[in-house]
This record gives sequence, C-alpha cells and structure tokens, in this order.
Amino acid sequence: MAELTLVEAVNDAFHVELERDPDVMVMGEDVGRAGGVFRATAGLRDRFGPERCVDTPLAEAGILGSAVGLCMAGWRPVCEMQYDAFSYPCLDQLITHVGRYRWRTGGAMDFPLVVRMPYGGGVRAPELHDDSPEAYYVHTPGVKVAIPATPSDAKGLLAAAIRDPDPVVVLEPKLHYRTMRGEVPEGEHVVPLGEARLAREGSDVTLVAYGAMVPLAEQAADSLDGEASAEVLDLRSLKPLDEEALLASAAKTGRVVIVQEAPRTAGFGAELAAILAEKAMLDLRAPIVRVTGYDVPYPYWQIEDAYMPSVGRVVDAVRKVMEF
Amino acid sequence: MAVLPAERDLRRVIGDGESIPDGEVEGLSDNDLLELHRWLVLLRTYDERSVVYHRQGRIGTYAIFWNHEAMQAGSVYALEREDWIFPSYRESAIGLLRGMPASTVLSWWRGHPAGWWNPLEWNVASICVPIGTHVPHAAGLAWGKKLRGESTCAIAYFGDGATSEGSFHEGANFAAVMRAPLVLFCNNNQWAISTPLSAQTAAETLADKAVGYGMPGVRVDGCDVLAVFEATREAVARARAGEGPTFIEAVTYRTAPHATADDPSAYIDAARVEEEKRRECLGRYESYLRRAGLLSDEAAEAVRAQAADLMREGIAAAEAEPPADLGLVFEHAYAAPPPSLSEDLTELRRILGG
Repeated sequence: MAELTLVEAVNDAFHVELERDPDVMVMGEDVGRAGGVFRATAGLRDRFGPERCVDTPLAEAGILGSAVGLCMAGWRPVCEMQYDAFSYPCLDQLITHVGRYRWRTGGAMDFPLVVRMPYGGGVRAPELHDDSPEAYYVHTPGVKVAIPATPSDAKGLLAAAIRDPDPVVVLEPKLHYRTMRGEVPEGEHVVPLGEARLAREGSDVTLVAYGAMVPLAEQAADSLDGEASAEVLDLRSLKPLDEEALLASAAKTGRVVIVQEAPRTAGFGAELAAILAEKAMLDLRAPIVRVTGYDVPYPYWQIEDAYMPSVGRVVDAVRKVMEF
Repeated sequence: MAVLPAERDLRRVIGDGESIPDGEVEGLSDNDLLELHRWLVLLRTYDERSVVYHRQGRIGTYAIFWNHEAMQAGSVYALEREDWIFPSYRESAIGLLRGMPASTVLSWWRGHPAGWWNPLEWNVASICVPIGTHVPHAAGLAWGKKLRGESTCAIAYFGDGATSEGSFHEGANFAAVMRAPLVLFCNNNQWAISTPLSAQTAAETLADKAVGYGMPGVRVDGCDVLAVFEATREAVARARAGEGPTFIEAVTYRTAPHATADDPSAYIDAARVEEEKRRECLGRYESYLRRAGLLSDEAAEAVRAQAADLMREGIAAAEAEPPADLGLVFEHAYAAPPPSLSEDLTELRRILGG
C-alpha cells in the first residue's frame, strides 16, 4: 500500500493501465506536455510517448467524437474534460453517438472509451469550474457513470472504467484531489462498477452519498454521535447502481437522507428517492429527505459555501427524519 | 508545405457533346468506365424505387438522393475496400457499392433491426442522422489507423449545411492537426431542406474553408462522375502519403425534395429544378459513354434490368424479415447491461403476454 492523494491515485491508475494494455491511450487538453491542469496524467507522455498521451486541440466534442473513431480503429481512449462544465460541448457526441453506437451496430462493435473529469465545487474557482453534471450522464442510455470518494476508489474505479467494454464517465471530486490522502493498493487495482461501499456502519439512519459528499456525510455522522447512529453508504457508481446495498441499508435503518451536491430538481437523489419509494416503502419509518445544491447556477465563490450541502444541513435533515 | 486557396473553377472531365470536349481520366479502363455506369444505375434505381416503396407504404420516411449518385459512386470507386466510409443519411445506400444487400438498407428505412448493419463487415459506418456529427468519427478512425501503422483512409460525406456545424469544424481541424488520412467530401446540393446556400455561409465557396484548416480545397462538378473520381483519387493518394486530409466540394443541385416528408414547392424555384434535371449525372455519363462508343441501348437496358431485379429481390427480402422481437428493445446498448433492463423486459413480457 502507498499513501497517495486522490489525484496521485488517478495518475497511478493511468501508469498501471497504460503499461498493462497497449491499446489504452489518453487524450485531452493539456494532458501531455503539462500532464493535465491537475497533473492527473503527469509522466504519461514521457513514459508512453506523445501518441498514447495526446495533447488535443481545444475541442471537447472533437475529442469525444474522434474517440468514437479511435474505438472503431481498436483503441481504448480515455478522454479528459478539463473541468466539469467544460464537458457540456461533448454532450452532443455523448448523447447522439457514444451511448448509441454499440446499439446501432446490433452489438457488433464495442466502444470502450472513458470520459473523466474533475467535478464539483468548494474550490474558490471562477464560474463554470464547479458543476456536478452527473445527472446528464446518468440519464444517457448506453453510458455508465462512476464517482469515487477516496484515493483507493479513484484508482480502482478508473481502472474498471478503462477495462469496461462500455463507455464510462468518471467524475472525480476535485475538492479532494490534493486534500485527501489514503492507502492505495500498488499495481493493478480494480473496483468493480456497481458495488457500493459501506463507508460507516450505523443503525438509525442511512446517509446516501457519492463523490465529495461522502466525507461530508461521514463528518455529519461523527457530529451526530450520541444523538443518532448514522450509516454512510458510498454509492461509488451511479450506473450500474448497487440497488441491493441501497435497499439493504434502508431496510436496516428505516430512515434515509440523500446528500447530493448537484441542483435538486431531477438530480440523481430524486432517482434514489424514487427507487426507495417503489421498493422500500414498508421498511421506511420516515420520509426520504434530500440535502442538495439549489436550483440555481452555481454561485460566486465568495458565497459558494451557502450553496454547498454542509454538515449543518445534513444534521438538520437527520434530526427531521429522527423526529418524524 | 504551403496550402493554397481553394480552386475557383469546378473540375470537369465530361464535356457537353458540343462545344466542350470530353476529357479522359488516366488509369480507367473501359471496364472501369462500365463498372462506374453500373454503380450509378444501381444507386439511381435504388433511389427511384425507394420513393415508390415509400408511396406504397413499404418503407418509412426516406431521404432522396436523386442526382447525387455521381458523387457517391465516383468517390467510392477511388477507395480501396479497406478504406472506411462514413455516410450521412443522404448516402444511405452507399454500402450497396460494396455488395451490401439492398434488403439491409431497405430494412433500415423500414425501421427494422435487420437494417442495423455491422460496420466491420463492410467498412461502412452506421448512417449518421444528426448533421455533421460523424466527421469527428471519421477523423478519429483515420487517425487511429495511422497510429497503428495501417494505410487505411476514411471518407466522410456531408452536405453544404453541415459545414455550419461545430462538429464539422472540430472534426476537420482534428484531422488536419493529426494529419489523419481523411477525405472530407461535401456534397453541396445548395439546399439544407429549405435553407439555400446563401443563407448558410458568407464564404464565396465552401472549399474556401479548407485553407483555414491547412488543407487543400478542391471543387468539382458533382454531376461529373469522372471528375469526382479523379479528385477523390488524388485526395486518397495524398492521405496515404501521410499528407493529411483534403476537402472536396462537389457541386450539384438538389432536384428532389429533401426527403419524402418534404414539399419543396414552398421554397424552391421549379424552373431551376427543371433546368438542373436536364444536367443530371446519370444522363450525362451515359451520353459520355455513348460518345466514346462504350454503351449501347441494349447494354444500358440490361444494366437497368439487373438493378431493378436487385431492388425487387431486396424489397421482397426486407418484407420477408420476421417481425422483430420486443426483447431487442433492451439489447445491444451495453455489452454488460445493468440488471434493471432484464427486470424491465420480464415485466413487459408479463404485461403484454397477459
């Protein structure tokens, strides 16, 4: 085991996977010479050459569109979108082609590409460097979505995404790129898509979270010590979703609070709440409550903390469901 | 290498039988010339029969390509079998030129899964519906083949309207930067449904866009199958020599509705359409062959009859396809589908089977 930051773990995954499979290549804006604006791809160009770690033109739809063609030529491209909100131009390709091309060929061709990006707020950044766009991706048929919360999962989920035969979008919590350190297995390390992680056991209430909201939920659980025993379920992958783990935890505690950084309406939390309403009604002792960002553009950074779900808001939600 | 501004004049090989003399394309045998004729007739027949099949309710909405056949046949004839074709819906039947059964393409227009072909079988990508979005795919494939050390080229077909799309720009730029062996083939039929070229661009020619990408821009008469062939052959040779992409603007005129669902009477100049129909590509090529003493009435009739047979067999085979099982709704989107899809199928069968 090595102790790595979250972004170092991403970089480690790249070094291992590019070494393991000569068809894997990395492409994106500034990923080569600079090693990525967050250094997630540092050292790859020197080690594997400029043809497997490619500095592309500044063109997100062109990056993802040409990655579709690269797949047709037998490559497994991993595309970096420099920031969450800069990925929106590539949604055209994602929706019209990436999620549909395999289906369109009657399953004859696979499109094993990965789109990864730093996501989320709290980093005091200019506009459109702070979004949580997971719902757009989850809503796209043919595309899978993973969001790690720890350095170990950042490595393992990226490796799983690279090896998956289907297109996978991986969102990495940039807030914790360098602020979070953790034990990361050396060498090959794969965390299968669709397996949630019980980050903390509890018996009174389940906090369901993913990505940057997992450590927040854990802090909230800590601060509730003595008042309520909170379980924290880290989903790790939104599609495929580990429904079994979600329902098992809901059955165990009978109360669920969902924590999501993205705006509330039609966010992934709404999907989770709907699943619980359909399949766990009789296990629940209180309404499902969501703690989310608001239905507004992500705010100016001087007041961004007011937008972000906080320990206080999560604790408040837990008290509501406990008192119901 | 300096990239020059695009050519002004349209390249032509076929004359008018009067003041403009016929030219010749080096390297094309009489057999090649007659094979090109068969290809043109095959596409023409496919197109004309498809409009009839649509009116008879045997296929769905259909994008007509009448008077685009020379652009498709001439360019594909300049490719090797290994080269990849990226068609838009206007080139839906281009796979026929590689032996794809007519029933496959007819099934596509019938909305039947038998029409969803395997691109690896023909090196013909799936039909791209959203305008211009396949240009980056073609750039990526060409680049990816080059990275593998293969000599494969790609050609992407799109219309004049597509040159306004961001994905055209991004794909063209990508291909140029990566020196990808790609031919960007623009069939400029001067209309995007009801929008004329003058409302699409302020550029004098579409080929002018090429210089901005650092690639040659070539203009050909899109109704001249030999000029199209020659220009594409040059572009493919450049691509294979590692010199990167070429933009070909083939100029024709859309003499048919955009698609069977379109009524152009509201926006098009009927007199101009009639004038353009007199210049249409198959008739011009047949006149050329007759002047060269290569085509008799009997031979032309035999080629038409062969194509008509192929279409009769094609529609019969497409109509004989068994109805698709509804289970296909849930298949093929994922190699490893999420478990929820199989639950949905079970539920649907229970309700419908009820």
